[in-house]
Amino acid sequence: MTPRQVFSPLSMRATGLVCGRGGMALTQQLTVSVASGQCLLLRGPNGSGKTTLLLTLAGVIAPLAGAYVLEGADTEVPNLHYCGHRNAIKPRLSVLENLQFWRAANGATGEPTAAALEEVGLAALASLDAGYLSAGQTRRLALARLLVSHRPLWLLDEPTAALDVEGHDLVTRLLDRHLDMGGLAIAATHDPITLPDPARMETLVLGARIAGAPS
Amino acid sequence: MSMETTPKQSWWNRIAHPGQFVAWTRPLLWPLSILTALLFVAGLWFAFFNSPADYQMGDTVRIMYVHVPNAWLSQFVYAVMSVSALGTLVWRHPMADVSMKAAAPLGAMFTALALFTGALWGRPTWGTFWEWDGRMTSTLVLLFIYLGIVALWRAFDDQLRAARVIAVFTLVGAVNIPIIKFSVDWWSTLHQPASVFRADGPRMPGSILTPLFVMFFAFTFLFLVLHLKAMHTEVKRRRVMTLQRRAAQGAGA
Amino acid sequence: MMAFRAMLLRELRLALRGGGDMLTLVLFFVITGAIVPFAVGPDRELLARIAPGVVWIAAFLAMLLGLDRLFRPDHEDGSLILLRQAELPLSAVVAAKLIVHWAVSALPLIVASPFVAMLLAMDVATFWRTLLSLLMGTPALAAFGAVGAAVTVSIRRGGLIAPILIAPLSIPVLIFGTGSITASQSGAALLFLAALSLMATALAPFAAALAISSGED
Repeated sequence: MTPRQVFSPLSMRATGLVCGRGGMALTQQLTVSVASGQCLLLRGPNGSGKTTLLLTLAGVIAPLAGAYVLEGADTEVPNLHYCGHRNAIKPRLSVLENLQFWRAANGATGEPTAAALEEVGLAALASLDAGYLSAGQTRRLALARLLVSHRPLWLLDEPTAALDVEGHDLVTRLLDRHLDMGGLAIAATHDPITLPDPARMETLVLGARIAGAPS
Repeated sequence: MSMETTPKQSWWNRIAHPGQFVAWTRPLLWPLSILTALLFVAGLWFAFFNSPADYQMGDTVRIMYVHVPNAWLSQFVYAVMSVSALGTLVWRHPMADVSMKAAAPLGAMFTALALFTGALWGRPTWGTFWEWDGRMTSTLVLLFIYLGIVALWRAFDDQLRAARVIAVFTLVGAVNIPIIKFSVDWWSTLHQPASVFRADGPRMPGSILTPLFVMFFAFTFLFLVLHLKAMHTEVKRRRVMTLQRRAAQGAGA
Repeated sequence: MMAFRAMLLRELRLALRGGGDMLTLVLFFVITGAIVPFAVGPDRELLARIAPGVVWIAAFLAMLLGLDRLFRPDHEDGSLILLRQAELPLSAVVAAKLIVHWAVSALPLIVASPFVAMLLAMDVATFWRTLLSLLMGTPALAAFGAVGAAVTVSIRRGGLIAPILIAPLSIPVLIFGTGSITASQSGAALLFLAALSLMATALAPFAAALAISSGED
């Protein structure tokens, strides 16, 4: 099966990037690059700045120093999906309504909502209020958001959190397909994620302490 | 795919800028303070000994020499805050944040002084401490805006993030203040056809102008000195907080 | 446009399924108006004289009450971060929220205003002018409220500070709002009110969006 290239070749390049909050640096100076079809895994203990790095690359937090750029991308349109700890699912809306909203808000460039729900295993619960979902099911719904709008860069923060073994496989499958389409991903994870083709994965370990400690 | 990690240095670059500012302006503090003191001495001498008492209000008119400069300062300080807010939002200048934060309590103080001296002036002259005339009412609203901004600064945990948000609010306030003044003036002419309170008289002979101008300068320099000192203190405060946080980070296993 | 419509629909659904917020606001509005006679005495002449002001103050307070649900829920569940990545610019997101906020907070008050007018001995002609002034002026209140809510969204318990920030900005609305009911220049006041509402609703989405994105996460 030949992979269908959906995204043009891109590369995320960060040079001398220092991420932090409140003026406090939480990461060391980072120089990283990720190209199309590749996934960078962020490993490291709690507090090592994985979430802050993802938020910085998402443009939510300003970097303390350095710069990053998504080369080859049209800067006028949004190019990334950020999937964080919080699922941003409204409990009083139904599963379908939640996903339909995000498909309309993020651009209907991906799979139709029904197909996406099928993919993540929530098709049977489509008309249920999202408040009744379990933590794992809510996480799957959040992942479905990645499918209904196609964007080249995925920034994932603990994508497998609250997911069982099947859910873990789902994440791996979705990631693999995304890379097949020419997308790129940066994922912070405690769980090891192994793609079928290990050559696509690189790991970056972020240190726990900044001041004078070896990383 | 390539990656390297190198020891960070950029955090120190950030500190250097405020430090340079403090080092550069510290020598200015003493000369400015002395100049301020001299201006106050000169201004008060002129006010008490070399200017006429008003034929209606008697000696109490001399409060005007304190009241009017304070009223003017309350607006000038907001202008300083607004310019600093632009500096934060448009140029991301690190000292603009500090300037904005230092100016807010000072602005509140001068506005409160203006209201207080206005009340002191009003009591012997018109019998009441407070009149809802256009000018005093606008000043009162300005005081509320200042105090709201001071409360905002205290409510944020992260002072760096706070600066940009407060800058937006400061500018929203700046746009609204003329509207507030206009509406308050309209409102006061509606409810009090005769304007009771004229802070500066219709005609100003020279012997009144001289002490007034001197006091204007005296208070403005007072603000400059206090503002500068407050900025230095804020820079030091942030440095202490950073050191404390780094100590906590290093100490925690 | 699709995205904007989707945003409007989402906000409307969330507001209507939100569990009785509208009823609470209307009750607060009516109760605030109703307790005034207990405080100042039931003299009809006095009540009729202060009625326009009381109605406006009650509307102002009720709209302040409804402000917290504008941005805080989205901030807390992470939707705000995702909305910043949407195809819709953040100012359009805020505009959609503002429209629904006004529809859900101000319209019910306006519908309930006859009851408050009756309790405060307002005559019919005055009431129609009050209704018109509320229609013209509540958008400005909603707009200033949105700016205050956006500035305080990232503060814990920011809902306490927001009214303090919004009140000075709302003073012109109160002045022209009541002025268009009772003043001798009520026509001019109504025009000022309309102009204020237009300007505030046009600019507030941008100011609020800037405040939200400056507040980061």
